Amino acid sequence: MSIKEKQIHEPLFHIAKRDALPFWLSWLIRILSVVAALIACAAVTVVLTGENPINVYATMIDGAIGTERRIWSLFQNIAMLLCVSLAVTPAFKMKFWNIGAEGQVLVGGLATAACMILFGDKLSPVILYPLMIVTSILAGAIWGFIPAFFKAKWNTNETLFTLMMNYIAIQIVSFFTYKWSVPKGSGQIGVINASTQAGWLPNIGGSPYLINILIVAVLTIGMYIYLKYNKHGYEISVVGESENTARYVGINVKKVIMRTMLLSGAICGIAGLLLVSGTDHTITRNTAAGRGFTAIMVSWLAKFNPIYMVLTSFLIVFLQKGAIEISTIYGLNDSFSEIITGIIIFFIIGSEFFVNYTVKFRESKKGANK
Amino acid sequence: MIVAFIQRAVVQGIPLLFGSTGEIITEKSGNLNLGTAGVMYVGGISGVIGAFLYEQSVETVNPALAVLIPLFSSILGSAFMGLLYSFLTVTLRANQNVTGLALTTFGVGFGNFFGGSLIKLLDSDTPSITLTQTSNCFKQTLPFADKLGWFGDIFLSYSFLAYAAIIIALLASFFFNRTRAGLHLRAVGENPATADAAGINVSKYKYLSTCIGSIIAGFGGLYYVMDYACGVWSNDGFGDRGWLAIALVIFAVWKPNFSILGSILFGGLFIIHNYIPNLSISMQEMFKMTPYVVTIIVLIIISMRRKRETQPPASLGLSYFREER
Repeated sequence: MSIKEKQIHEPLFHIAKRDALPFWLSWLIRILSVVAALIACAAVTVVLTGENPINVYATMIDGAIGTERRIWSLFQNIAMLLCVSLAVTPAFKMKFWNIGAEGQVLVGGLATAACMILFGDKLSPVILYPLMIVTSILAGAIWGFIPAFFKAKWNTNETLFTLMMNYIAIQIVSFFTYKWSVPKGSGQIGVINASTQAGWLPNIGGSPYLINILIVAVLTIGMYIYLKYNKHGYEISVVGESENTARYVGINVKKVIMRTMLLSGAICGIAGLLLVSGTDHTITRNTAAGRGFTAIMVSWLAKFNPIYMVLTSFLIVFLQKGAIEISTIYGLNDSFSEIITGIIIFFIIGSEFFVNYTVKFRESKKGANK
Repeated sequence: MIVAFIQRAVVQGIPLLFGSTGEIITEKSGNLNLGTAGVMYVGGISGVIGAFLYEQSVETVNPALAVLIPLFSSILGSAFMGLLYSFLTVTLRANQNVTGLALTTFGVGFGNFFGGSLIKLLDSDTPSITLTQTSNCFKQTLPFADKLGWFGDIFLSYSFLAYAAIIIALLASFFFNRTRAGLHLRAVGENPATADAAGINVSKYKYLSTCIGSIIAGFGGLYYVMDYACGVWSNDGFGDRGWLAIALVIFAVWKPNFSILGSILFGGLFIIHNYIPNLSISMQEMFKMTPYVVTIIVLIIISMRRKRETQPPASLGLSYFREER
C-alpha cells in the first residue's frame, strides 16, 4: 500500500496585490463607491424619516446650496476643512500620523484671540495684524513641533502623543475662556471687539468669508507645488516610503520630520487664525469642530494630493450640510450628519481595497489530479 | 471626605477601566483601534435602546431581564463596531488610523443621534430617556456594604459591573501571560509574519481580539449610562472618556492589571478639582488636563528607556498582508 498522498489544501481564493490600475479605472472604482455610499445614506435616511429617496436628496441639496447664504457658508466650511487637511498632508505623506491638528488649530486660534483681546484697542492695525499672524503661526508650529521633536529624538509614538496634545490644548482654551469670559464666570468669551472690529479680517467683495476662501486657495496651490516640485516635498515622500532608503541617500530624517511638522503645525495655526479672526470672532473649546479629525480622512481619501482634496472636502462638507438640513426638517438630532459622514468614509476606505488588491479564485481542479 | 473621594474616583475610573482593557486586548493583536471612543458611545446607547424598548413594553420590569436585555443589546452594538473595524482593517487592509477615526465619528454620531431622536423615532410620549427602573437594577449593591463603615464604602459599595470590570482586567492579564492563546495573540501583535509562519491564524486572532475588546469597551459606555448617570442619557455626556481610556492604555504600559490602579488614579485626577478648596473655575479647567499630561510623560519615558517589557506591540497600527515583504 502506498502512503496516501498528502492532500494539498488550496484555499478557495486568495488575495494578491495588483499592478497599478489605469488612472481612469481606479477613479471609476472610487466614484462607484461614492455612489454606493450615497445610496446607503439615502436608505438609512428613508428608514429613519419614512420620506421617499428623491425628496431626501432634494432636501440635502437644498440644505447645502439652497440659498446664497448657504452657498457662502458651504464654501467657507470647505475652505476651513481644506486648510486643515492641507496642514496634515505633508506629515502624513511622511507617515507621521499627526492626529493633533485639532489642538494645533485651537492654539493658533487662541493666540489670535489673545492678541485681539489684549491688544485690540491698544495697537494700531498695522502692528496688530502682523502680530496676530505671527503668534498664531508660531503657536501652531510649536504645538506640532513638540511631538515631532520626541519622535525624531526617541521615536516616541506620534499618534498617541499628538492625540494627547489635543486635549491639553482644549483644556488650555477652556482655561482662557473662563479667564476672559464676558460676563465674568459665564465661560463664554462672546464676540471679541464687536464694536471696534479690531483684529477682524476685512470683508472683501461684501462677503466676510471670501478672504478665508482666497487664502486657502493660495495655500492649496502652494502646498501642491511644495509637495510636487520642491526638494523638501521629494524628501518627504522618500522618508514616507522608506526611512532606511532616505537615510542611505543622505537625507537627514530627523531634520525632515521636525521641519515638516513645523510646517504642518504652522498651517494649522493659520487655520486657527482664519477661524477666529475671519469668521467666528470668538473662541470656544469647539472652534476646531472636529475638523482636525475629519481632515485626516479628507487628506487620506485624496491620496495626499492637494487638488483632489478640494473634491473630497467638498463631498464631505456638502453631505454634512445636507444631513443637517434633513435633521432640522424632520426634527431629528443633528448628529445625523456624523452618521452620514461615517458611512461615506467607510465605503471609500473599503473601495481602496479593490484599487490595490485583486481576489484570485482557485483554478479548477481538472487536470491537476493525476 | 477621603472615603468619598476614593469612592467617586473608582466610579469615574470604571468606564475607563472597561475601555482600556478592551483597547489593550485589541492593541495586543496589533490593531490600534482609535474608534474606542465611538465604540463606547455605541455600547452605551445600544444598552439604552434595549432598556428603553423593554421599559416601554412592560408594566413592571423584571430585574433579571432589565439587566440582561441592555447587556445583550450593548454587546450586539459594540461587537458590530468591532466587526466593522476588523473587516475594514484586516480583510480589506485599510489604514487603521483613518478607519478608527471614522469609527469614532460614526459611533459618537450614532450615540448622540439616537440619544436625541429615539423618542421621536418611536413616537413615544415620554419627555426624555430616563431609565430609572433599569438603572436601579444595575445599581444593586451588596446588602451589607453600608454596615461596614469606611471599608464597605471603599471596597463593597459598587454595582456588579464595577467588579466585573476588575475581574475582566485580571482575567485579561492572566490570559496574556499564562495561556497559549494569549501567547499567540501577543505574537500576532509583535510580528504577524512570524506568527503566520508558525501556523497561527493571524486574521482569526485579529478579528476575535478586536471584537472582544470592543465588547468590553462597550460595557464602559453601558456602565456610565446605567450606573454613573442613573439611566439618563445626555448627549455628549460621556465626553472625552473614550480618548482618556486610550491614554490609560499607555499609562498602564499595555498591562490590564496595571490599568486597574491606573483607572482609579485617572478617575481621581478627573475629579480632583472638586476637592481642592478655593479653586477658581478657570483653574479647574487646568486641572482637568492632568491625565493627559501624565500620559504624555509616561509615553516619553517609555520611549526613552526602551525597556522591552514596556513597549507597545511592535506591529501596532500596521495592517498585515501575507504577500508583502
